Amino acid sequence: MIPLQIVALVLVGLGALAVVATRDPLRQTLVLGLYGLALAVLFVVFQAPDVALSELVVSSVAFPFILLTALVKMRGRRRE
Amino acid sequence: MSRRTRLGLFVVCGSVLFALFVWGLAGLPAFGTFNGEYGQILNSVAGTERHVTNVVSSIVFDYRGFDTLGEEFILFAAVIGVALLLREARDDRERPRDEVRSDAVRAVGLMLVGPTILLGLSIVAHGYLTPGGGFQGGVVLAGGLALLYAAGHYRAYRAASPQGMVDFAEGVGAGGYVTVGIAALVSGAAYLENFLDLGTKGTLASGGTIVVVNAASGLAVAAALVLLFHEFLEEVMYPE
Repeated sequence: MIPLQIVALVLVGLGALAVVATRDPLRQTLVLGLYGLALAVLFVVFQAPDVALSELVVSSVAFPFILLTALVKMRGRRRE
Repeated sequence: MSRRTRLGLFVVCGSVLFALFVWGLAGLPAFGTFNGEYGQILNSVAGTERHVTNVVSSIVFDYRGFDTLGEEFILFAAVIGVALLLREARDDRERPRDEVRSDAVRAVGLMLVGPTILLGLSIVAHGYLTPGGGFQGGVVLAGGLALLYAAGHYRAYRAASPQGMVDFAEGVGAGGYVTVGIAALVSGAAYLENFLDLGTKGTLASGGTIVVVNAASGLAVAAALVLLFHEFLEEVMYPE
């Protein structure tokens, strides 16, 4: 294993912990995006660029968008 | 459940899980070795058999094209489900005039719309040459459009993605994939078997039906995500 792979693995481990440890859903969405970024780096250094691209677009485009709109909707409802 | 019981339950379950994990880890092949026979065969034959430089795409859109058809329709069904649940029959409501107040967000965000869409098109177009393909590029395309809303305003986003056009694109993308398979049947080959000229390896004109199927899935994925964004944004924009 090259050092870069070890760094990526550690980053993903820490990122996953950070996602679980974040309590506020809004912040959690952002932390999740960063975690996805770390995961994409991991896939690149393990020579799986196709998977890295898929992970990147899902975790930084599709998923946050849907989570954020759902959060906004719920916040609006809570206020009523 | 009291804190004590929960902690006890965690210790028991956690240690069992940990033991199973270590056991599984010990049984793994050595780091860097790969025993997948199928993968090794494809890695050596895909280049000459399909004239593509990205073996992953040849698997996704050719050797295992039928699996991808199923995946395509999972996304299709999910989006239809969301539209069925959330879409309003009438679309004559006045669109809200929201705008982004921060000049910096607006300037940087809107500047990125063009490059993002171009990047998406490039990832789709080069799917069988370099990493990427219909799915990844399609999501980037949808993301470029969503930037219009995130950094500009809702009206601009909706004007750039008229409902009728997106519905049509979704149908053409998903239907196009199926049609390539049927065309293969008509030509006398098996369903989704490559029947077009394979072209020159390393150029955009290579891969035969992979080109068509890749483009169809790019269109379907981009449209599916834009439709999804439409429905979710409508929920936010018209709080009733």
